[in-house]
Amino acid sequence: MNRRAYQAIMRLRFMLLMQYRIAALAGITTQFMFGFVKIMVLEAFYLSTTQPQPLTFQQAVGYVWLGQAMLRLLPWDGDGEIQALVRSGNVAYELCRPLDLYSHWYARAIALRVAPTLLRAVPVFLVTLFVLPPKYALSIPTAGGWAAWILSTLGAIALGCAITNLINISMFWTISGEGISRLIPAVVIILSGMGVPLPLFPDWSQRLLELLPFAGLVDTPARFFTGQLSPTMIWVFLARQLVWTAILIIWGRRLLARGLRRVVVQGG
Amino acid sequence: MAQIVVQDLRKAFKVAKREAGLWNAFRGLVKREYTHVQALDGVSFEIEEGELVGYLGPNGAGKSTTIKILSGILLPDEGICQVMGRIPWQERIDHVREIGVVFGQRSQLWWDLPVIDSFELLRDIYRLSSADYRKTLEKVVDTLELTDLLEVPVRQLSLGQRMRCELAASLLHNPKLLFLDEPTIGLDAVSKLVVRDFVKTLNEEQGTTVILTTHDMDDIEALCSRVMIIGRGKILARGKLKDITREVARERRLVVELDGDYSKEYIRSQVPGAELVKLEGKQAHFDFDPARISPPELIANISARFQVRDLLIENQPIDEVISRLYGELHI
Repeated sequence: MNRRAYQAIMRLRFMLLMQYRIAALAGITTQFMFGFVKIMVLEAFYLSTTQPQPLTFQQAVGYVWLGQAMLRLLPWDGDGEIQALVRSGNVAYELCRPLDLYSHWYARAIALRVAPTLLRAVPVFLVTLFVLPPKYALSIPTAGGWAAWILSTLGAIALGCAITNLINISMFWTISGEGISRLIPAVVIILSGMGVPLPLFPDWSQRLLELLPFAGLVDTPARFFTGQLSPTMIWVFLARQLVWTAILIIWGRRLLARGLRRVVVQGG
Repeated sequence: MAQIVVQDLRKAFKVAKREAGLWNAFRGLVKREYTHVQALDGVSFEIEEGELVGYLGPNGAGKSTTIKILSGILLPDEGICQVMGRIPWQERIDHVREIGVVFGQRSQLWWDLPVIDSFELLRDIYRLSSADYRKTLEKVVDTLELTDLLEVPVRQLSLGQRMRCELAASLLHNPKLLFLDEPTIGLDAVSKLVVRDFVKTLNEEQGTTVILTTHDMDDIEALCSRVMIIGRGKILARGKLKDITREVARERRLVVELDGDYSKEYIRSQVPGAELVKLEGKQAHFDFDPARISPPELIANISARFQVRDLLIENQPIDEVISRLYGELHI
């Protein structure tokens, strides 16, 4: 493995993506607005519900803010540059490098997910932890909660990048990527818990949500952070994230190999 | 064994086709029709180390397909292809470490970053030691005159500047073999000369094998010791450019400046054995076959019948020869 190369690619992408500061600022405003709307809806729900819920209101608030802070970690689109490379045929150059293409793209995916998240997460965390009135604020977790959240966030990154890479690879079949990039957000947002916290979904759907990979993206870290899951459970959930990551990586590698076999480097 | 051995290489592409019009667009949804395009139809050649070979042919003849197979990007359907003893697409990673590729119509540099950042990334990708990297960099920067360009973001470079940087990028890892796919496309005269000189020196001084595809006959004339002409997926002619063109273009051109105005018909009737192809004012252009009529005889004929101010014999322009060659080879 040529670690140095993949790190260099990641670093370059990271530096480029960190340039989008104004976009991040605009994004943060949007995220606060969405966060408050969701919290208002949830508050109305918690005021009217008569049954005990699997998530306390305080935990639900935390869940929402975490989702907003880590929004850009969600793999709801592919790497625009890779899509352009495939569309234009410049992918030819990527194949002329002594690199494993899957790892190369995975390194780029890490930068694509982590750089914008860092830009947005830090201010959102600061405000929601320390500025907002306690009722609508993010509560500081226990030490165990922090540790479990960090581990499960790393798991979420690994998983999210495997999904991102699948979206990239699908370009070999669809060329434009338009269809996929409209379909994926709906699936990912709903099934990861970014829309409505997964514990509030009907009981019959819980098993299915647990089996699918998407809960590992938002739901798992959020539940550890808010204390809805005990930190001792981290190994089970981390294992689930990693097993899914492994499956998606193997699948992605197979698809990529097939895609490359049929590649008709576009143009000329 | 030769550095590159290609035997009976074949590659077909499946292309979805659809006739124009809305109705056919709908029909295409239900029933797709494909045509097979035979991009390579049994191509064979060998290239020795240190050669500088021109690969010619009209658009769509199969040049780029060959280059892509040689560089390990494309898989052929049939045939043998060995480059430095390796099968490119099977040992892609080891193979590409030793080759450099420039696709004239594409870019390998990072669009938003200064050139030097792309170079340093390539240094990491090819795992060059910093001593080796610095030595090569210094050399290419010097010969391609890149000193002022290194800090400039790629998107701000002119095409000529960018192409010089692309060439440099493809050579940082000191490849033994360089594929240049239309490296001078769209360049102005000065940039073309820089690129040409550089390739020539590289080939002569370092012994790098170069395969060059181009539409620019001047590139070929200036650089290539040997050419291969491909058309419709087959190699149709190979050898020295001079020998190939001599076969096609036996004819030479005689330009005569006459001292008076004559009609085309009159000139034609007076000069048998040569064809009047152009008459511009007092300048008459004749094509003639030196095997049938010797130049002194033709000139004697003409000067016996006309007052001649000046005359000049030249070979036919190379572009015309090549397009005639394509015509003769039915491509």
